[in-house]
Amino acid sequence: MLLANHPLLGKTIPGDTASRLSIRAAEDVARFSLRIDPAAAQSAGAAFGTPLPTRIGRLVEAGGRMALQLGPDEWVLTAPVAESDGIADAFAALQEPHSLVDIGHREVGILVEGEAAALALRAAIAFDVDAMAVGTGCRTLFDKAQIVLIREDKNRFRIEVWRSFADHVWGILHAVSREIALGL
Amino acid sequence: MLLIRCPYCEAERPEVEFTYAGEAHIARPADPSALSDEEWRDFLFIRTNPRGRHFERWRHMHGCGRFFNAVRDTVTDKFAMTYKAGTPRPSDEEIALAVSASSAATPAEEARP
Repeated sequence: MLLANHPLLGKTIPGDTASRLSIRAAEDVARFSLRIDPAAAQSAGAAFGTPLPTRIGRLVEAGGRMALQLGPDEWVLTAPVAESDGIADAFAALQEPHSLVDIGHREVGILVEGEAAALALRAAIAFDVDAMAVGTGCRTLFDKAQIVLIREDKNRFRIEVWRSFADHVWGILHAVSREIALGL
Repeated sequence: MLLIRCPYCEAERPEVEFTYAGEAHIARPADPSALSDEEWRDFLFIRTNPRGRHFERWRHMHGCGRFFNAVRDTVTDKFAMTYKAGTPRPSDEEIALAVSASSAATPAEEARP
């Protein structure tokens, strides 16, 4: 993405021993929104180089590439920035009707790590974050901002949020991390 | 906050992710120009507005983005069941079965006032 305009570039909310929480802006990645008939998901997976998940909320990760199913015919794909053009070319050669949109510049990633990660997210997410299975993701609301939430590990979450909402989400995470650090 | 089960995501999701989209199972007339003004008015504006069981559309706006149908009681606000768009209106037996299955699965929910 255009890093000069990145709202959170290099920012971190450092965790101390009391807070059990560390929040930082994630490394930039290439992101694509893919819409395709689920019956053709297999050929799309071949073009992407990683098979696409076939259940909503599931994700498949391999070799730095990640595919997450958001809806019946909708996936979000991420990959290292350098592979962006190659993926676009691979899908251009795909014969199935589909739509692949580069949304890499639209969103920024935030990593929320630590024992208190789920507690911090619960402050602004209305569903039971603790019950979310590892290796799943979903689109949801963080306060009033739409995000994609991915649980990468028991204590590591990734938030993908539109860059214009990023400051708002960051501000809430900052306040929540202070509350957790102070034991409120 | 209500928890609504999205039939596409197959998960309970908070109410804020959804938007309401009016009464379900209202088919657009096949030949609108053949309708009288009264019939067209009825199609556009006249709804059943029941007290009790209501078949209605919802959209999982901040999730999978899909429209689906739900059976909700307009008095208690409880959802009996949700089902995918395009499927026929469930029978009374199917609704009763769904209610008993969900109350068995989540006894804590039922105990709430």
